[in-house]
Amino acid sequence: MATKTIHAPLPGTFYRRPAPDQPPFKNDGDAVTVGDAVGLIEVMKTFTQVVADEAGKILRFLVENEDPVMAGEPLYELEV
Amino acid sequence: MRRLLIANRGEIAVRIIRAARELGITTIQAVSAADRDMLAARLADEVVGVGPAHAAKSYLNQAAMLRAALTAKADAVHPGYGFLSENADFAEAVERAGIVFVGPRAETIRLMGNKARAREVASRAGVPILPGAHGGYETTASLAHEIGFPVMIKAAAGGGGRGIRVAADADALERLLAEARNEARAAFGDDTVYLERFLPRARHIEVQVLGDGDHAVHLFERECSLQRRRQKLWEEAPAACLTAESRANLCASAVRLAEMVGYCGAGTLEYLLDEATGEFFFIEMNTRIQVEHPVTEMITGIDLMRAMLCIADGGKLPFTQQDITLRGHSIQCRINAEDPVRGFQPAPGLVHGFAVPGGPGVRFDTMLYPGYTVPPFYDSLLGKLIVWDDTRDQALARLRGALGELAIDGIPTTIPLHRELAEHPDIAQHNVHTGWLEAWLAQTPLTHTETGRA
Repeated sequence: MATKTIHAPLPGTFYRRPAPDQPPFKNDGDAVTVGDAVGLIEVMKTFTQVVADEAGKILRFLVENEDPVMAGEPLYELEV
Repeated sequence: MRRLLIANRGEIAVRIIRAARELGITTIQAVSAADRDMLAARLADEVVGVGPAHAAKSYLNQAAMLRAALTAKADAVHPGYGFLSENADFAEAVERAGIVFVGPRAETIRLMGNKARAREVASRAGVPILPGAHGGYETTASLAHEIGFPVMIKAAAGGGGRGIRVAADADALERLLAEARNEARAAFGDDTVYLERFLPRARHIEVQVLGDGDHAVHLFERECSLQRRRQKLWEEAPAACLTAESRANLCASAVRLAEMVGYCGAGTLEYLLDEATGEFFFIEMNTRIQVEHPVTEMITGIDLMRAMLCIADGGKLPFTQQDITLRGHSIQCRINAEDPVRGFQPAPGLVHGFAVPGGPGVRFDTMLYPGYTVPPFYDSLLGKLIVWDDTRDQALARLRGALGELAIDGIPTTIPLHRELAEHPDIAQHNVHTGWLEAWLAQTPLTHTETGRA
Protein backbone atom coordinates (compact mmCIF):
# COMPACT_ATOMS: atom_id res chain seq x y z
CA MET A 1 0.00 0.00 0.00
CA ALA A 2 1.29 3.38 -1.00
CA THR A 3 -0.27 6.81 -0.91
CA LYS A 4 -0.22 9.05 -3.96
CA THR A 5 -1.39 12.58 -4.47
CA ILE A 6 -3.51 13.22 -7.56
CA HIS A 7 -3.20 16.69 -9.08
CA ALA A 8 -5.62 18.93 -10.97
CA PRO A 9 -5.15 18.58 -14.75
CA LEU A 10 -6.54 22.08 -15.42
CA PRO A 11 -6.96 25.37 -13.59
CA GLY A 12 -10.50 26.44 -12.71
CA THR A 13 -13.30 25.84 -10.26
CA PHE A 14 -13.48 22.32 -8.84
CA TYR A 15 -16.87 20.67 -8.33
CA ARG A 16 -17.30 17.47 -6.39
CA ARG A 17 -20.90 16.99 -7.56
CA PRO A 18 -22.31 16.57 -11.09
CA ALA A 19 -25.05 19.12 -10.18
CA PRO A 20 -25.81 21.12 -7.03
CA ASP A 21 -28.74 18.87 -6.08
CA GLN A 22 -26.86 15.60 -6.63
CA PRO A 23 -24.53 13.59 -4.37
CA PRO A 24 -20.74 13.88 -4.79
CA PHE A 25 -19.06 11.79 -7.48
CA LYS A 26 -16.86 10.25 -4.75
CA ASN A 27 -16.55 10.51 -0.99
CA ASP A 28 -13.51 10.06 1.24
CA GLY A 29 -12.93 6.31 1.59
CA ASP A 30 -14.56 5.39 -1.74
CA ALA A 31 -12.89 3.00 -4.14
CA VAL A 32 -12.11 4.26 -7.65
CA THR A 33 -11.38 2.38 -10.82
CA VAL A 34 -9.73 3.74 -13.94
CA GLY A 35 -12.20 5.92 -15.84
CA ASP A 36 -14.36 6.84 -12.82
CA ALA A 37 -15.45 10.47 -12.67
CA VAL A 38 -14.18 12.09 -9.48
CA GLY A 39 -15.14 15.71 -10.14
CA LEU A 40 -15.61 18.52 -12.63
CA ILE A 41 -13.38 21.48 -13.38
CA GLU A 42 -14.99 24.58 -14.84
CA VAL A 43 -12.63 26.62 -16.98
CA MET A 44 -14.17 29.80 -18.38
CA LYS A 45 -17.70 28.40 -18.29
CA THR A 46 -16.63 25.10 -19.91
CA PHE A 47 -16.96 21.97 -17.77
CA THR A 48 -14.43 19.14 -18.02
CA GLN A 49 -14.79 15.88 -16.13
CA VAL A 50 -11.87 14.85 -13.94
CA VAL A 51 -11.43 11.12 -14.53
CA ALA A 52 -9.34 8.74 -12.43
CA ASP A 53 -6.45 7.28 -14.40
CA GLU A 54 -5.38 5.10 -11.50
CA ALA A 55 -7.39 2.70 -9.35
CA GLY A 56 -7.34 2.63 -5.57
CA LYS A 57 -9.08 4.08 -2.55
CA ILE A 58 -9.60 7.79 -2.05
CA LEU A 59 -8.19 8.61 1.38
CA ARG A 60 -9.32 12.21 1.33
CA PHE A 61 -10.10 15.13 -0.91
CA LEU A 62 -7.79 18.11 -0.48
CA VAL A 63 -10.13 20.68 -2.07
CA GLU A 64 -13.75 21.44 -1.33
CA ASN A 65 -16.68 21.76 -3.71
CA GLU A 66 -16.48 25.06 -5.71
CA ASP A 67 -12.91 25.76 -4.57
CA PRO A 68 -10.57 27.42 -7.06
CA VAL A 69 -7.73 25.14 -8.19
CA MET A 70 -4.58 25.79 -10.17
CA ALA A 71 -3.24 23.24 -12.67
CA GLY A 72 -1.05 20.80 -10.74
CA GLU A 73 -2.63 21.60 -7.38
CA PRO A 74 -3.28 18.50 -5.21
CA LEU A 75 -6.89 17.25 -5.57
CA TYR A 76 -7.01 14.06 -3.51
CA GLU A 77 -4.90 11.39 -1.83
CA LEU A 78 -5.15 7.93 -3.29
CA GLU A 79 -4.17 4.65 -1.65
CA VAL A 80 -2.90 2.31 -4.35
CA MET B 1 -23.64 60.68 -8.34
CA ARG B 2 -20.26 60.96 -6.67
CA ARG B 3 -19.17 57.41 -5.80
CA LEU B 4 -19.81 54.57 -8.25
CA LEU B 5 -19.37 50.88 -7.43
CA ILE B 6 -18.51 48.78 -10.49
CA ALA B 7 -20.24 45.45 -9.83
CA ASN B 8 -18.48 43.65 -12.67
CA ARG B 9 -15.02 42.78 -13.94
CA GLY B 10 -12.93 42.44 -17.10
CA GLU B 11 -13.06 44.80 -20.04
CA ILE B 12 -16.49 46.26 -19.25
CA ALA B 13 -15.33 47.32 -15.78
CA VAL B 14 -12.47 49.20 -17.46
CA ARG B 15 -14.94 50.82 -19.85
CA ILE B 16 -17.20 51.93 -16.97
CA ILE B 17 -14.26 53.34 -14.97
CA ARG B 18 -13.08 55.42 -17.94
CA ALA B 19 -16.55 56.89 -18.49
CA ALA B 20 -17.09 57.64 -14.79
CA ARG B 21 -13.63 59.18 -14.42
CA GLU B 22 -14.39 61.65 -17.23
CA LEU B 23 -17.51 62.74 -15.33
CA GLY B 24 -15.52 63.33 -12.15
CA ILE B 25 -17.09 60.38 -10.35
CA THR B 26 -15.00 58.41 -7.84
CA THR B 27 -14.77 54.77 -8.95
CA ILE B 28 -14.87 51.82 -6.57
CA GLN B 29 -14.10 48.46 -8.17
CA ALA B 30 -15.66 45.26 -6.75
CA VAL B 31 -13.07 42.47 -6.78
CA SER B 32 -13.20 38.75 -6.07
CA ALA B 33 -10.21 37.11 -4.41
CA ALA B 34 -8.97 36.14 -7.91
CA ASP B 35 -9.22 39.65 -9.35
CA ARG B 36 -7.13 41.87 -7.09
CA ASP B 37 -4.60 42.32 -9.92
CA MET B 38 -7.00 42.95 -12.78
CA LEU B 39 -6.72 46.11 -14.87
CA ALA B 40 -9.99 47.57 -13.55
CA ALA B 41 -8.71 47.20 -9.99
CA ARG B 42 -5.55 49.08 -10.95
CA LEU B 43 -7.45 51.89 -12.68
CA ALA B 44 -10.17 52.41 -10.08
CA ASP B 45 -9.80 54.95 -7.28
CA GLU B 46 -10.68 52.30 -4.68
CA VAL B 47 -11.29 48.56 -4.54
CA VAL B 48 -13.63 46.56 -2.33
CA GLY B 49 -13.62 42.77 -1.88
CA VAL B 50 -16.81 40.87 -2.67
CA GLY B 51 -15.80 37.28 -1.94
CA PRO B 52 -14.01 34.20 -3.27
CA ALA B 53 -13.03 33.48 -6.87
CA HIS B 54 -16.19 31.49 -7.62
CA ALA B 55 -18.60 33.98 -9.24
CA ALA B 56 -21.63 32.58 -7.42
CA LYS B 57 -19.95 33.66 -4.17
CA SER B 58 -18.75 37.06 -5.39
CA TYR B 59 -19.95 38.82 -8.56
CA LEU B 60 -23.27 36.94 -8.49
CA ASN B 61 -23.71 37.24 -4.74
CA GLN B 62 -26.35 39.93 -4.24
CA ALA B 63 -25.89 40.26 -0.48
CA ALA B 64 -22.10 40.54 -0.77
CA MET B 65 -22.36 43.09 -3.57
CA LEU B 66 -24.87 45.23 -1.69
CA ARG B 67 -22.74 45.04 1.45
CA ALA B 68 -19.74 46.19 -0.58
CA ALA B 69 -21.72 49.14 -1.94
CA LEU B 70 -22.75 50.17 1.58
CA THR B 71 -19.27 49.65 3.06
CA ALA B 72 -17.72 51.72 0.31
CA LYS B 73 -20.40 54.41 0.74
CA ALA B 74 -21.26 54.17 -2.95
CA ASP B 75 -24.21 56.24 -4.11
CA ALA B 76 -24.55 54.32 -7.40
CA VAL B 77 -23.89 50.80 -8.72
CA HIS B 78 -23.11 49.96 -12.36
CA PRO B 79 -23.79 46.29 -13.05
CA GLY B 80 -22.15 46.06 -16.52
CA TYR B 81 -23.35 43.01 -18.50
CA GLY B 82 -23.87 39.42 -17.31
CA PHE B 83 -23.61 38.74 -13.54
CA LEU B 84 -26.28 40.82 -11.72
CA SER B 85 -27.03 43.21 -14.59
CA GLU B 86 -30.46 41.78 -15.38
CA ASN B 87 -31.38 40.68 -11.87
CA ALA B 88 -34.52 42.60 -10.88
CA ASP B 89 -34.24 41.58 -7.21
CA PHE B 90 -30.74 43.02 -7.02
CA ALA B 91 -31.78 46.26 -8.73
CA GLU B 92 -34.64 46.55 -6.25
CA ALA B 93 -32.41 45.87 -3.23
CA VAL B 94 -29.92 48.49 -4.41
CA GLU B 95 -32.64 51.12 -4.86
CA ARG B 96 -34.19 50.22 -1.50
CA ALA B 97 -30.82 50.88 0.13
CA GLY B 98 -30.99 54.41 -1.29
CA ILE B 99 -28.37 53.70 -3.95
CA VAL B 100 -28.85 54.40 -7.68
CA PHE B 101 -28.89 51.32 -9.93
CA VAL B 102 -27.40 52.29 -13.29
CA GLY B 103 -30.02 50.63 -15.46
CA PRO B 104 -33.77 50.44 -15.89
CA ARG B 105 -36.22 50.17 -13.01
CA ALA B 106 -36.52 46.74 -11.37
CA GLU B 107 -40.05 46.29 -12.72
CA THR B 108 -38.83 46.86 -16.30
CA ILE B 109 -36.04 44.31 -15.85
CA ARG B 110 -38.57 41.84 -14.45
CA LEU B 111 -41.07 42.44 -17.26
CA MET B 112 -38.57 42.14 -20.11
CA GLY B 113 -36.71 39.31 -18.36
CA ASN B 114 -39.77 37.13 -18.73
CA LYS B 115 -39.50 36.39 -22.43
CA ALA B 116 -43.11 35.29 -22.74
CA ARG B 117 -44.41 38.53 -21.16
CA ALA B 118 -41.94 40.56 -23.23
CA ARG B 119 -43.53 39.04 -26.36
CA GLU B 120 -46.94 40.22 -25.17
CA VAL B 121 -45.75 43.77 -24.53
CA ALA B 122 -44.01 43.85 -27.91
CA SER B 123 -47.16 42.67 -29.58
CA ARG B 124 -49.17 45.45 -27.89
CA ALA B 125 -46.60 48.01 -29.02
CA GLY B 126 -47.10 46.84 -32.60
CA VAL B 127 -43.67 45.22 -32.77
CA PRO B 128 -43.76 42.09 -34.95
CA ILE B 129 -43.14 38.85 -33.05
CA LEU B 130 -42.56 35.32 -34.34
CA PRO B 131 -45.71 33.24 -34.61
CA GLY B 132 -45.76 31.30 -31.38
CA ALA B 133 -47.40 30.46 -28.13
CA HIS B 134 -46.97 32.72 -25.18
CA GLY B 135 -48.74 34.08 -22.12
CA GLY B 136 -51.19 31.68 -20.55
CA TYR B 137 -51.13 29.25 -23.46
CA GLU B 138 -50.34 25.62 -22.84
CA THR B 139 -47.39 24.62 -24.95
CA THR B 140 -48.73 21.50 -26.53
CA ALA B 141 -48.22 19.54 -29.70
CA SER B 142 -51.41 20.94 -31.24
CA LEU B 143 -50.10 24.47 -30.84
CA ALA B 144 -46.84 23.44 -32.44
CA HIS B 145 -48.84 22.18 -35.42
CA GLU B 146 -50.51 25.57 -35.72
CA ILE B 147 -47.14 27.35 -35.65
CA GLY B 148 -45.60 24.77 -38.00
CA PHE B 149 -42.52 22.56 -37.54
CA PRO B 150 -39.65 22.99 -36.98
CA VAL B 151 -40.50 24.86 -33.82
CA MET B 152 -38.27 26.46 -31.21
CA ILE B 153 -38.70 25.80 -27.47
CA LYS B 154 -37.46 28.61 -25.27
CA ALA B 155 -37.37 29.13 -21.51
CA ALA B 156 -39.48 32.13 -20.46
CA ALA B 157 -36.83 33.11 -17.92
CA GLY B 158 -33.96 32.37 -20.32
CA GLY B 159 -31.93 34.66 -22.52
CA GLY B 160 -28.63 34.93 -24.27
CA GLY B 161 -29.43 31.81 -26.23
CA ARG B 162 -29.51 29.56 -23.19
CA GLY B 163 -32.07 26.77 -22.97
CA ILE B 164 -33.18 26.95 -26.62
CA ARG B 165 -34.15 23.76 -28.45
CA VAL B 166 -35.41 23.12 -31.96
CA ALA B 167 -37.97 20.33 -32.47
CA ALA B 168 -38.26 18.96 -36.00
CA ASP B 169 -41.52 17.07 -35.42
CA ALA B 170 -44.11 16.08 -32.79
CA ASP B 171 -42.05 13.19 -31.39
CA ALA B 172 -39.01 15.39 -30.90
CA LEU B 173 -41.24 18.07 -29.40
CA GLU B 174 -42.53 15.80 -26.66
CA ARG B 175 -39.04 14.69 -25.67
CA LEU B 176 -37.50 18.17 -25.92
CA LEU B 177 -40.33 19.86 -24.01
CA ALA B 178 -39.63 17.70 -20.96
CA GLU B 179 -35.90 18.32 -21.32
CA ALA B 180 -36.37 22.07 -21.73
CA ARG B 181 -38.64 22.29 -18.69
CA ASN B 182 -36.15 20.39 -16.50
CA GLU B 183 -33.27 22.52 -17.66
CA ALA B 184 -35.22 25.76 -17.21
CA ARG B 185 -36.24 24.75 -13.68
CA ALA B 186 -32.62 23.95 -12.78
CA ALA B 187 -31.10 27.00 -14.46
CA PHE B 188 -33.66 29.71 -13.80
CA GLY B 189 -35.95 28.29 -11.07
CA ASP B 190 -38.91 28.63 -13.46
CA ASP B 191 -39.98 25.87 -15.84
CA THR B 192 -42.22 28.02 -18.04
CA VAL B 193 -41.40 27.48 -21.70
CA TYR B 194 -42.91 28.84 -24.90
CA LEU B 195 -42.83 27.96 -28.56
CA GLU B 196 -41.79 30.05 -31.55
CA ARG B 197 -41.53 29.38 -35.25
CA PHE B 198 -37.99 28.43 -36.22
CA LEU B 199 -36.46 30.45 -39.05
CA PRO B 200 -33.97 28.25 -40.92
CA ARG B 201 -32.04 31.20 -42.37
CA ALA B 202 -32.11 34.40 -40.42
CA ARG B 203 -29.91 37.31 -39.54
CA HIS B 204 -29.54 38.58 -35.98
CA ILE B 205 -30.26 42.29 -35.91
CA GLU B 206 -30.62 44.40 -32.79
CA VAL B 207 -31.56 48.00 -32.10
CA GLN B 208 -29.84 50.12 -29.47
CA VAL B 209 -32.18 52.36 -27.50
CA LEU B 210 -31.73 54.96 -24.78
CA GLY B 211 -34.58 56.16 -22.63
CA ASP B 212 -35.04 58.55 -19.71
CA GLY B 213 -38.40 57.20 -18.56
CA ASP B 214 -40.41 59.71 -20.59
CA HIS B 215 -38.79 59.59 -24.01
CA ALA B 216 -36.77 57.04 -25.89
CA VAL B 217 -34.50 57.29 -28.92
CA HIS B 218 -32.79 54.67 -31.05
CA LEU B 219 -29.14 54.67 -32.08
CA PHE B 220 -29.69 52.54 -35.17
CA GLU B 221 -29.04 48.84 -35.38
CA ARG B 222 -26.24 46.29 -35.17
CA GLU B 223 -25.93 43.01 -37.01
CA CYS B 224 -24.52 40.07 -35.06
CA SER B 225 -25.20 37.08 -37.30
CA LEU B 226 -21.75 35.53 -36.86
CA GLN B 227 -22.24 33.32 -33.82
CA ARG B 228 -20.89 30.09 -32.45
CA ARG B 229 -23.08 28.23 -29.97
CA ARG B 230 -25.28 31.33 -29.92
CA GLN B 231 -22.34 33.41 -28.71
CA LYS B 232 -21.60 36.41 -30.90
CA LEU B 233 -18.05 36.67 -32.23
CA TRP B 234 -18.24 39.47 -34.82
CA GLU B 235 -20.59 42.45 -34.79
CA GLU B 236 -21.26 45.30 -37.18
CA ALA B 237 -23.17 48.55 -37.28
CA PRO B 238 -25.21 49.34 -39.24
CA ALA B 239 -26.71 46.15 -40.72
CA ALA B 240 -25.63 46.43 -44.34
CA CYS B 241 -28.51 44.23 -45.51
CA LEU B 242 -31.24 46.74 -44.58
CA THR B 243 -32.78 49.32 -46.87
CA ALA B 244 -33.31 52.82 -45.49
CA GLU B 245 -37.02 52.08 -45.27
CA SER B 246 -36.69 48.78 -43.39
CA ARG B 247 -34.15 50.41 -41.08
CA ALA B 248 -36.60 53.21 -40.28
CA ASN B 249 -39.43 50.74 -39.59
CA LEU B 250 -37.27 48.49 -37.44
CA CYS B 251 -35.84 51.32 -35.35
CA ALA B 252 -39.24 52.99 -34.94
CA SER B 253 -40.68 49.71 -33.60
CA ALA B 254 -37.91 49.55 -30.99
CA VAL B 255 -38.66 53.11 -29.83
CA ARG B 256 -42.39 52.30 -29.54
CA LEU B 257 -41.66 49.35 -27.27
CA ALA B 258 -39.12 51.29 -25.18
CA GLU B 259 -41.56 54.17 -24.69
CA MET B 260 -44.45 51.83 -23.88
CA VAL B 261 -42.51 50.42 -20.90
CA GLY B 262 -41.12 53.86 -19.88
CA TYR B 263 -37.62 52.59 -20.50
CA CYS B 264 -34.84 54.22 -18.51
CA GLY B 265 -31.20 53.75 -19.49
CA ALA B 266 -29.53 51.78 -22.31
CA GLY B 267 -31.23 48.73 -23.75
CA THR B 268 -31.20 46.53 -26.81
CA LEU B 269 -34.07 44.93 -28.67
CA GLU B 270 -33.04 41.80 -30.51
CA TYR B 271 -34.73 40.78 -33.75
CA LEU B 272 -34.43 38.04 -36.32
CA LEU B 273 -34.59 39.03 -39.98
CA ASP B 274 -36.08 36.26 -42.13
CA GLU B 275 -33.93 35.94 -45.24
CA ALA B 276 -36.78 34.38 -47.19
CA THR B 277 -39.35 37.14 -46.68
CA GLY B 278 -37.40 40.14 -45.41
CA GLU B 279 -39.70 40.30 -42.34
CA PHE B 280 -38.23 41.10 -38.95
CA PHE B 281 -39.42 39.64 -35.66
CA PHE B 282 -38.69 40.78 -32.10
CA ILE B 283 -37.13 38.03 -29.97
CA GLU B 284 -36.06 39.62 -26.70
CA MET B 285 -34.90 42.79 -24.99
CA ASN B 286 -31.65 43.04 -23.06
CA THR B 287 -32.02 45.59 -20.28
CA ARG B 288 -28.32 46.42 -19.95
CA ILE B 289 -25.28 47.61 -21.86
CA GLN B 290 -24.03 45.01 -24.35
CA VAL B 291 -20.58 43.71 -25.24
CA GLU B 292 -20.99 45.06 -28.78
CA HIS B 293 -22.02 48.60 -27.80
CA PRO B 294 -18.81 50.18 -29.22
CA VAL B 295 -19.86 49.69 -32.86
CA THR B 296 -22.90 51.87 -32.14
CA GLU B 297 -20.69 54.49 -30.49
CA MET B 298 -18.48 54.52 -33.59
CA ILE B 299 -21.29 55.16 -36.08
CA THR B 300 -23.18 57.72 -33.95
CA GLY B 301 -20.36 59.44 -32.06
CA ILE B 302 -22.38 58.99 -28.86
CA ASP B 303 -20.72 57.65 -25.70
CA LEU B 304 -23.31 55.12 -24.48
CA MET B 305 -21.64 54.55 -21.13
CA ARG B 306 -21.59 58.28 -20.39
CA ALA B 307 -25.24 58.54 -21.45
CA MET B 308 -26.15 55.67 -19.09
CA LEU B 309 -24.44 57.39 -16.17
CA CYS B 310 -26.04 60.77 -16.92
CA ILE B 311 -29.54 59.27 -17.20
CA ALA B 312 -29.06 57.28 -13.99
CA ASP B 313 -28.01 60.51 -12.28
CA GLY B 314 -31.48 61.87 -12.93
CA GLY B 315 -30.71 63.51 -16.24
CA LYS B 316 -32.97 63.67 -19.24
CA LEU B 317 -31.90 62.44 -22.66
CA PRO B 318 -29.33 65.01 -23.77
CA PHE B 319 -30.35 64.67 -27.44
CA THR B 320 -33.42 64.16 -29.61
CA GLN B 321 -33.81 61.59 -32.37
CA GLN B 322 -32.97 64.27 -34.95
CA ASP B 323 -29.61 64.85 -33.28
CA ILE B 324 -28.55 61.24 -33.81
CA THR B 325 -27.06 60.56 -37.21
CA LEU B 326 -25.55 57.46 -38.72
CA ARG B 327 -22.12 57.89 -40.22
CA GLY B 328 -19.90 55.22 -41.77
CA HIS B 329 -19.57 51.59 -40.79
CA SER B 330 -18.06 49.83 -37.79
CA ILE B 331 -16.98 46.23 -37.11
CA GLN B 332 -16.04 44.60 -33.80
CA CYS B 333 -14.15 41.32 -33.34
CA ARG B 334 -14.29 39.59 -29.97
CA ILE B 335 -10.82 38.49 -28.91
CA ASN B 336 -11.37 35.53 -26.59
CA ALA B 337 -8.90 33.35 -24.68
CA GLU B 338 -10.02 30.33 -26.69
CA ASP B 339 -8.10 28.14 -29.10
CA PRO B 340 -10.03 28.00 -32.39
CA VAL B 341 -7.76 25.17 -33.56
CA ARG B 342 -8.78 22.98 -30.60
CA GLY B 343 -12.53 23.34 -30.63
CA PHE B 344 -12.40 26.75 -28.95
CA GLN B 345 -10.97 25.19 -25.80
CA PRO B 346 -10.62 27.87 -23.11
CA ALA B 347 -7.06 29.05 -22.63
CA PRO B 348 -6.46 31.12 -19.51
CA GLY B 349 -2.89 31.97 -18.51
CA LEU B 350 -0.07 34.47 -18.52
CA VAL B 351 -0.01 37.18 -21.18
CA HIS B 352 3.64 38.18 -21.58
CA GLY B 353 2.86 41.14 -23.78
CA PHE B 354 0.76 42.31 -26.66
CA ALA B 355 0.86 44.59 -29.66
CA VAL B 356 -2.12 46.86 -30.25
CA PRO B 357 -2.88 48.32 -33.66
CA GLY B 358 -3.44 52.04 -34.04
CA GLY B 359 -4.30 54.73 -36.55
CA PRO B 360 -7.58 56.48 -37.25
CA GLY B 361 -10.79 54.56 -36.68
CA VAL B 362 -9.13 51.78 -34.65
CA ARG B 363 -10.05 51.03 -31.05
CA PHE B 364 -9.09 48.16 -28.71
CA ASP B 365 -11.11 47.82 -25.50
CA THR B 366 -9.30 45.30 -23.32
CA MET B 367 -8.77 43.96 -19.82
CA LEU B 368 -5.15 43.00 -20.54
CA TYR B 369 -1.84 44.45 -19.53
CA PRO B 370 1.60 42.88 -20.06
CA GLY B 371 2.30 40.34 -17.31
CA TYR B 372 -1.40 39.79 -16.47
CA THR B 373 -2.52 36.24 -15.81
CA VAL B 374 -6.00 35.67 -17.23
CA PRO B 375 -7.83 33.72 -14.52
CA PRO B 376 -9.75 30.53 -15.42
CA PHE B 377 -12.85 31.38 -13.36
CA TYR B 378 -14.73 33.78 -15.62
CA ASP B 379 -15.62 34.20 -19.27
CA SER B 380 -12.97 34.22 -21.95
CA LEU B 381 -13.38 37.72 -23.38
CA LEU B 382 -9.98 39.46 -23.38
CA GLY B 383 -10.85 42.43 -25.50
CA LYS B 384 -12.63 43.80 -28.50
CA LEU B 385 -11.00 45.13 -31.65
CA ILE B 386 -13.23 47.80 -33.17
CA VAL B 387 -12.72 49.61 -36.45
CA TRP B 388 -14.62 52.39 -38.18
CA ASP B 389 -14.47 53.81 -41.69
CA ASP B 390 -16.70 55.61 -44.20
CA THR B 391 -17.92 52.46 -45.95
CA ARG B 392 -18.17 48.77 -45.06
CA ASP B 393 -15.52 47.83 -47.64
CA GLN B 394 -13.12 50.38 -46.20
CA ALA B 395 -13.89 49.24 -42.66
CA LEU B 396 -13.07 45.65 -43.67
CA ALA B 397 -9.78 46.75 -45.21
CA ARG B 398 -8.95 48.67 -42.03
CA LEU B 399 -9.89 45.62 -39.96
CA ARG B 400 -7.56 43.36 -41.97
CA GLY B 401 -4.70 45.73 -41.31
CA ALA B 402 -5.52 46.04 -37.62
CA LEU B 403 -5.84 42.26 -37.17
CA GLY B 404 -2.46 41.92 -38.86
CA GLU B 405 -0.91 44.16 -36.21
CA LEU B 406 -2.76 42.76 -33.20
CA ALA B 407 -0.71 40.13 -31.38
CA ILE B 408 -1.17 38.59 -27.95
CA ASP B 409 1.82 36.71 -26.62
CA GLY B 410 1.35 33.79 -24.25
CA ILE B 411 -2.09 32.28 -24.78
CA PRO B 412 -4.09 31.15 -27.82
CA THR B 413 -6.85 33.55 -28.90
CA THR B 414 -9.52 33.96 -31.55
CA ILE B 415 -7.32 36.39 -33.55
CA PRO B 416 -6.47 33.78 -36.26
CA LEU B 417 -10.18 33.05 -36.69
CA HIS B 418 -10.95 36.72 -37.24
CA ARG B 419 -8.10 37.02 -39.76
CA GLU B 420 -9.65 34.22 -41.80
CA LEU B 421 -13.13 35.72 -41.52
CA ALA B 422 -11.91 39.15 -42.60
CA GLU B 423 -10.59 37.59 -45.84
CA HIS B 424 -13.66 35.48 -46.59
CA PRO B 425 -15.69 36.36 -49.71
CA ASP B 426 -19.03 35.64 -47.96
CA ILE B 427 -18.14 38.18 -45.29
CA ALA B 428 -16.98 40.69 -47.89
CA GLN B 429 -20.29 40.26 -49.74
CA HIS B 430 -22.16 40.20 -46.46
CA ASN B 431 -23.76 36.90 -47.39
CA VAL B 432 -24.18 35.44 -43.88
CA HIS B 433 -26.84 34.19 -41.47
CA THR B 434 -26.89 32.93 -37.88
CA GLY B 435 -25.88 29.39 -38.94
CA TRP B 436 -23.09 30.52 -41.28
CA LEU B 437 -20.15 30.52 -38.85
CA GLU B 438 -20.79 27.03 -37.43
CA ALA B 439 -21.29 25.58 -40.90
CA TRP B 440 -18.08 27.21 -42.11
CA LEU B 441 -16.12 26.03 -39.06
CA ALA B 442 -17.36 22.47 -39.62
CA GLN B 443 -16.13 22.57 -43.24
CA THR B 444 -12.95 24.53 -42.74
CA PRO B 445 -11.26 23.66 -39.47
CA LEU B 446 -8.52 26.11 -38.58
CA THR B 447 -5.11 24.52 -38.36
CA HIS B 448 -2.89 27.33 -37.26
CA THR B 449 -2.61 28.39 -33.65
CA GLU B 450 -0.91 31.58 -32.83
CA THR B 451 0.66 32.51 -29.54
CA GLY B 452 3.39 34.46 -31.33
CA ARG B 453 5.72 37.01 -29.90
CA ALA B 454 4.32 40.48 -29.49
